[in-house]
Amino acid sequence: MTSTDVKGAESAGDPTANEAVGHAAGAAPVAAQGALGDESTTAAPEQEEENLSLPGQDSPAQAALNRGARKRSFERGDHSVPESDVEEWRFTPLRRFAPLFEDVATDDRDGDPAVDYQVEVPEGAADPATLAIGEAPRGTVLVPEDLTTAVASARTDQALHLVAGKNTVYETPFHVQVTGRGADRRGNGHIVLETEESSSAIFVLNHTGSVQYAQNVEMLVGDNSQMTVITLHDWEDDALHIATHHARVGRDAKLKHVAVTLGGSAVRLNSIGEYAAPGGDIEKLGLYFSDEDQFFENRLFVDHSAPHCTSNVAYKGALQGRKARSVWVGDVLIRKEAEGTNTYELNRNLVLTEGARADSVPNLEIETGEIEGAGHAAATGRFDDEQLFYLRSRGIPELEARRLVVRGFFAEIIQQIDVPEIRERLSASIEDELAKSMN
Amino acid sequence: MSILEIKDLHATVETPEGTKEILKGVDLTIKGGEIHAIMGPNGSGKSTLAYAVAGHPKYEITSGTVTLDGEDVLEMSVDERARAGLFLAMQYPVEVPGVTVSNFLRTAKTAIDGEAPSLRHWVKDMKTSMEDLRMDPVFAERNVNEGFSGGEKKRHEILQMQLLKPGIAVLDETDSGLDVDALRVVSDGINRARENTDVGIMLITHYTRILQHVEPDFVHVFVDGRIAEQGGPELAARLEAEGYDRYLVGAN
Repeated sequence: MTSTDVKGAESAGDPTANEAVGHAAGAAPVAAQGALGDESTTAAPEQEEENLSLPGQDSPAQAALNRGARKRSFERGDHSVPESDVEEWRFTPLRRFAPLFEDVATDDRDGDPAVDYQVEVPEGAADPATLAIGEAPRGTVLVPEDLTTAVASARTDQALHLVAGKNTVYETPFHVQVTGRGADRRGNGHIVLETEESSSAIFVLNHTGSVQYAQNVEMLVGDNSQMTVITLHDWEDDALHIATHHARVGRDAKLKHVAVTLGGSAVRLNSIGEYAAPGGDIEKLGLYFSDEDQFFENRLFVDHSAPHCTSNVAYKGALQGRKARSVWVGDVLIRKEAEGTNTYELNRNLVLTEGARADSVPNLEIETGEIEGAGHAAATGRFDDEQLFYLRSRGIPELEARRLVVRGFFAEIIQQIDVPEIRERLSASIEDELAKSMN
Repeated sequence: MSILEIKDLHATVETPEGTKEILKGVDLTIKGGEIHAIMGPNGSGKSTLAYAVAGHPKYEITSGTVTLDGEDVLEMSVDERARAGLFLAMQYPVEVPGVTVSNFLRTAKTAIDGEAPSLRHWVKDMKTSMEDLRMDPVFAERNVNEGFSGGEKKRHEILQMQLLKPGIAVLDETDSGLDVDALRVVSDGINRARENTDVGIMLITHYTRILQHVEPDFVHVFVDGRIAEQGGPELAARLEAEGYDRYLVGAN
């Protein structure tokens, strides 16, 4: 893959080379950045931007960023219907998502729910429970910052609550199978995942079928615990899905969050992580494969709100087919109190065919100079003819050569998924996607 | 024994200034066991010849023929050519992130042989070949050409030639940019491949240095898209002394 890194102090794949970004206090790196909102022509097959703001900088661009200052409220009336001139929604096909901006109830019918939930818990775990609106811990971490999230919250009377008990390590995952039962039907959902102190658990959320789904996932990662959340979006071609995932990570705790999007008409995930105390670690991994007419958006926000915490973000996407679209926006905020932070985020896109478009925007806001490291890299490359020629000149047929390259591209992410059957299923799904493009 | 026959080969490339003819009637026959050195100044079309034979899409063949053991090479796709027994060692081997050398080699070997190599033999062959080329075993688990030094890339190309056992190998400036030790390792690899597999080699080079280690049976001087002169090893010595000026004047 020929990859062109974004302008500025980028250097692909080498976090140490980017540490200077975090330590820079002068104006030099800032001067090199493009103005916020400097959107290139839509004819471009891909687009990358980067935004960096440093302490002492007081520009309109910074005021517009200010990711941490976004309004949060359970009141639906506090959130306006998204418009494309707002940074948060500027890449999103609002018309396509329109049903999810309506404040309507879940379209359950007699004996026929709009969304079916099948829950399995590992041996020894408490049975699945529910939390009413306002019943803690529900609502203590996730406070809606957009309309769809507020509606999903208000329209879900009973949230599913799964808990990993204190000091317990669960060998098998908690599993939630979410099945949509009609592309014309609305579903609202709220799920609360909790790992109590010093526990360790994996939660798998698997989404299939079709529905218009507004979903909140709230994660409480207790002190010294380890939570892995794997959310798989394997919807039918006509599904719509807007999700907000919001995690708070306790002292010395670790969250590993994996988001995989392979199916659906349009899927938008807003994934937020913050820290309650020092020593927390957030890892956010993602993989997406967007086909003809599919729109997949991943927005991430890592809010370094406590000292001596680390975060690592790595998302990789492939696109193929006409109007295949992906958007990745990675926001990292290092607050004044977050001394000793170490953070890195990466997004890579592989454009396999003409007519696809990937947008990739890493944003880094730094309010303290006392950090260990902060870096980011974003790049979008085309499928490289030279790579293909090299492999084929060794006798490897074209389809297999393409498979090798794409498999290799995703390997870094897939290898880090702790559940073997999910790894295998993903590898198989990627093969299927590729087979499609070769026909 | 393989035989590669190139007859009156013409090829063009698209440039911003329009279509440009690079190969202007190449005639060359290479038989198994022979080493043909193709020498010439920069821009004479040596590498184009290599890529045209391998089937790179950038070059369009406008006339002429290329056959391997009588089969029409120009009708074959890139991977079919490789499976028919052609091999191209590239001047600038390409990185393939996420694909290990061991996976790559096994995949290529399987494609070329039409069946997966027996695991026991394959592991042994790889180990021996890598030792021959002074390659650290950890090399097998690195991603193809990713972060390789210039010398490592070239050794990796020769490793592929040893393992894939082509009938005809085209080595495109495999010697360029190597230090003396690496040049010796690579040259030994070429000589070993010739002895063990009876491969015919088209050794494209800009410098005479490698010919101190690999003795060619034939030397061809390549100027302005065609072979301007050919002879035995003594021609290389003459080029060493006189350079290409004589031919360049002639070409103008």
